[in-house]
Amino acid sequence: MADYRMNEAELEKVFQDRIDDEQKIEPKDWMPDTYRKNLIRQMSQHAHSEVIGMQPEGNWITRAPSLRRKMILLAKVQDEAGHGLYIYSAAETLGISREEMVQALHDGKAKYASIFNYPSLTWADVGAIGWLVDGAAIVNQITLQRTSYGPYARAMVRVCKEESFHQRQGYESLLVLASGSKEQQQMAQDALNRWWWPSLMMFGPHDAESAHSAQSMKWKIKRKSNDELRQAFVDQTVPQAQYLGLTIPDPKLKWNEERGHYDFGEIDWDEFYRVINGNGLCNRQRIVHHRRAHDNGAWVREAVEAYDEKQKARKQQAA
Amino acid sequence: MNGARQKLLDFVIAQADDAMVLGQRLSEWCSNAPYLEEDLALTNVALDYVGRAKMFYEYASKLEAGKRSADDIAFLRDGRDFRNLLIMELPIGDFAFSMARQFLVDVFNLEYMALLQQSSDAEVAAIAGKAVKESRYHLRRSHEWVLRLGDGTEESHARMQKGLDELWGYIDELFVNTDAEVALIKEGVAIDRALLRDSWSNQVEAVLQEATLSKPGVEWTVTGGRQGIHTEHFGHMLAEMQFLQRAYPGLEW
Ligand SMILES: [Fe+2]
Ligand SMILES: [Fe+2]
Repeated sequence: MADYRMNEAELEKVFQDRIDDEQKIEPKDWMPDTYRKNLIRQMSQHAHSEVIGMQPEGNWITRAPSLRRKMILLAKVQDEAGHGLYIYSAAETLGISREEMVQALHDGKAKYASIFNYPSLTWADVGAIGWLVDGAAIVNQITLQRTSYGPYARAMVRVCKEESFHQRQGYESLLVLASGSKEQQQMAQDALNRWWWPSLMMFGPHDAESAHSAQSMKWKIKRKSNDELRQAFVDQTVPQAQYLGLTIPDPKLKWNEERGHYDFGEIDWDEFYRVINGNGLCNRQRIVHHRRAHDNGAWVREAVEAYDEKQKARKQQAA
Repeated sequence: MNGARQKLLDFVIAQADDAMVLGQRLSEWCSNAPYLEEDLALTNVALDYVGRAKMFYEYASKLEAGKRSADDIAFLRDGRDFRNLLIMELPIGDFAFSMARQFLVDVFNLEYMALLQQSSDAEVAAIAGKAVKESRYHLRRSHEWVLRLGDGTEESHARMQKGLDELWGYIDELFVNTDAEVALIKEGVAIDRALLRDSWSNQVEAVLQEATLSKPGVEWTVTGGRQGIHTEHFGHMLAEMQFLQRAYPGLEW
């Protein structure tokens, strides 16, 4: 036994058996290279989304209309930075550094949630992002709490708690607008009009067209398909919109008694691909902003390194 | 409103304005910091300051018997009615400038708030009590940054020194008591700012020395914030901060 080395196929079999048995894969465990790559792609994209998402929301921090709203928004954006940090750390257990992931983002090799390529134009957008974007993220992330990679699953448990808080706060803020003045109601409706379809797009292409889906499902990186998740989101969100007295911008939206779900219209896939492929209003701005902050901070990071070196040398000298 | 109450109100609003304006400036760092960890930490400190401002404004509103809400006081006054110290309102500059400001202010605030906890006014004392805990954490951070940047690379040292030089002329104002404060000091409500100067200087100078930075030469000094005489930057900051309340007056948010 001691000298016996399993070959690749045997290792993969053991690996798949563990996954089928709902065991978590941990950083030191053997895993297929494609599993690792697939996870790095998904987790880095997730972490980048948390971070890039700070921009459209941060856009309103300095203009938040009350002390309370400013505090809620500051706390939310702070949470998102925290989510970015946990997920980057979880991804680092796969043998990639945060620096490399950020570089891939700047080089356009790594993606972030395409919804953040839409601009946040009014105060109502902050509420809509919390309600819809965090709402959609939760639907996805709840299933990721059971994803097969241990560090990712555990990060999601922590993240989910905060996301549902964000979702409720966003909803509450829209509720105030929806029951406010005519201008505020219009602001809320306009935000829903602009964010509804991009929120549905967050779940990605139809299952049949989804490039990574089948393998991800087999490995239980993904636990539910894009279309299942999208349906769950629609089902949970429609009654919330009704309670707000707002109209979801989809004439085909209708309760289907037989299916026990809402039917809804087709996503404009041309727009979906147009934005993903770089033609959204904010694609360039988001990366330019991130890169600018990163570049402007280079001298700070160098200073920290130099300081740490000096401190280490001093300690050694003293010892 | 009688004279004593008016003085207390003036004092409380000045405290609120200091916290509000610095919190507003700090929040501009969000998504612009050199590390993701700093985005998080700076937003956190901004949140502490806005929270502190909210408590002081709410107390001010109470002293006015609800004539204006806390939000009214924050969002519906023009610059001439703001009473914050000038150092709070300066644009954020680079990371060294912002950290230098935090450090100079944190050293002051920690000691000031610690004493203010003994205020004979229970509400002021309670807010100060919360502020002390926050300021202890703030100072730990800003102190660390002064050391790292001062004793880091040539560039970081130069930037930190420049930041300190640019800020130094705003320091005197930290130690000037307003007429309202002079009266309130006698009643044990406010703290005599002038008395904190030596201790502040000693602490700051010790850290600058450790960080291989020099104490800026005092060639100029400006004051005015407590009289509502602000820098030209301030109106722009307020225009942004108050935009929604001004564009859509009288609404709930
Ligand atoms: Fe998040
Ligand atoms: Fe969130």
